[in-house]
Amino acid sequence: MPYKIIGSQCTACSACEPECPNNAIREKDGTYIIKPEKCTECIGYFDDPQCVAVCPVENTCVIDSSVARYQA
Amino acid sequence: MESKEHWDAGRPQAASDQSAAPAPGHNGCGASGGAGKASCGSSMAPEDMAPGVWEKVKNHPCYSEEAHHHYARMHVAVAPACNIQCNYCNRKYDCANESRPGVVSERLTPEQAAKKTLAVASAIPQMTVLGIAGPGDPLANPDKTFKTFELIAREAPDIKLCLSTNGLALPDHVDRIKDLNVDHVTITINMVDPDIGARIYPWIYYRHRRYTGREAAQILHERQMQGLEMLTERGILCKVNSVMIPEINDQHLIEVNKAVKSRGAFLHNIMPLISAPEHGTVFGLDGRRGPTARELKALQDRCEGQMNMMRHCRQCRADAVGLLGEDRSAEFTTEKVMERDLAYDGAARRAYQATVEEQRNEKAAAKEAELEGLRGRQSDMVVLVAVATKGGGRVNEHFGHAKEFQIYEAGVGGAKFVGHRRVDLYCQGGYGEEDALPTIVRALNDCVAVLVAKIGGCPRASLKEAGIEPVDACAHEFIDAAVLAYYKSYIERVERGEIAHTPKGDAAIRQGAYVAA
Ligand code: SF4
Ligand code: SF4
Ligand code: SF4
Repeated sequence: MPYKIIGSQCTACSACEPECPNNAIREKDGTYIIKPEKCTECIGYFDDPQCVAVCPVENTCVIDSSVARYQA
Repeated sequence: MESKEHWDAGRPQAASDQSAAPAPGHNGCGASGGAGKASCGSSMAPEDMAPGVWEKVKNHPCYSEEAHHHYARMHVAVAPACNIQCNYCNRKYDCANESRPGVVSERLTPEQAAKKTLAVASAIPQMTVLGIAGPGDPLANPDKTFKTFELIAREAPDIKLCLSTNGLALPDHVDRIKDLNVDHVTITINMVDPDIGARIYPWIYYRHRRYTGREAAQILHERQMQGLEMLTERGILCKVNSVMIPEINDQHLIEVNKAVKSRGAFLHNIMPLISAPEHGTVFGLDGRRGPTARELKALQDRCEGQMNMMRHCRQCRADAVGLLGEDRSAEFTTEKVMERDLAYDGAARRAYQATVEEQRNEKAAAKEAELEGLRGRQSDMVVLVAVATKGGGRVNEHFGHAKEFQIYEAGVGGAKFVGHRRVDLYCQGGYGEEDALPTIVRALNDCVAVLVAKIGGCPRASLKEAGIEPVDACAHEFIDAAVLAYYKSYIERVERGEIAHTPKGDAAIRQGAYVAA
């Protein structure tokens, strides 16, 4: 399952965008969004999902269980 | 951010502005003047400061209390990301290390920021310094930060560049900072003990991992010290900001002061914690209070014997334009700037700056003359005097229009700037002048007098009642000279028994964001 950003909590600080190893994050209409088809949960790159690790607002980058899990 | 490079850099913490400091171990001039000694008001280098350092800081409104009357800086907000979390920061707002909590600056792209800077520099010849600070950490956003610097350096090489950081990413970028000729870096350092740090920083993001607790503070501490040492080695001026948090690091900041001094920081700026529940910060929600004016001054005084302290920092908003304390950002909104197509006028700027140098020399001469009058006098009376000014180093603001008062400490050794009290909030938002007055009186409660260009009858009476003498006799005179002249008449009247010299109480530090435009 990829990660998603809860738009109402995102401060648009942009910290997550450059950290994503898959370029899955971009700005859209004043908040940041994750492209589910690009997100690999950072598997293969880092131990922790980078967007979660850097985001200043707790529980803003969260698992999107509505989308199937990434297959490595 | 535009790049995908590793961002383990630190975020910028904003630097706040301040003063020039002399070599460690001496009391310096500039911002605060040495204890018991007048601060150097002249444009001559203080005797105990390396000439190279003075050259770099003398026109920097943030580093020299004297220069901030004449020169201006602006900050552009291009770097919103941060790599640590501070308990006094709510990231919905600007970096609290730079700005007061609760302030939001307009975020710009590097191109917009460069254009805005040039527009302001062309319109305001006093503008000599461009800073990148919060929101966020400039070094957590290195591409945006350095791109902005490159664009400005190409068009306007006379503008000084500075940045503020929390230090986490600093060691990775010191060489780039050197290459770009950035001559001032501010690091916010609140602790040198990780156990204390753990109470201030809940986490950091470093080398692709989030660290918490003591470990986080330990890494941050090591990176800060390493970054400071690397700057010193390369001859880049480094100022240290510390936030004074009562019961957490207030006593500890004396250790911090020693640690940063020994590593070559040229100035240490201790700022009060600004904390209110409505800011939504951890400290605000926990009800942690900020220090009082007296607690802050006592700590600054204790550290001053060891290095210069900066006291005129207003914790102003990061995109402020204009002389410190006078924000003109409304004239330079992105929209207005982008419409304009202008040429950068270096010649007009040089002409203006020459006039300022003359004025500064005149001012120094006036002060020397007053000091002469005090020579040979013995008195251990030291008093605080508030001054209303709108710039130029003169007593030239009407009491009722003052958004802030500058506080000078006067004694037989001279007058030195020790801080400022902002009162702008009280005069806004539907409060009439009558409501504002008691608050202003509280903010000036530790002063014996307030020097103004003009004052109405009603505030005059309330001030007198509170034991603060309103003085308009020195309207439009230079501040240092006026404060010294007042002090002289004060001690003479005490000697003649006309007035009583009684200890004054403490004063309040305003807890709101500086949003006055
Ligand atoms: S979990 Fe990793 S791959 Fe997915 S969006 Fe976050 S940073 Fe990118
Ligand atoms: S790090 Fe968090 S708050 Fe910042 S842009 Fe990304 S999702 Fe939004
Ligand atoms: S105050 Fe701390 S957490 Fe907030 S932006 Fe500045 S460095 Fe980052």
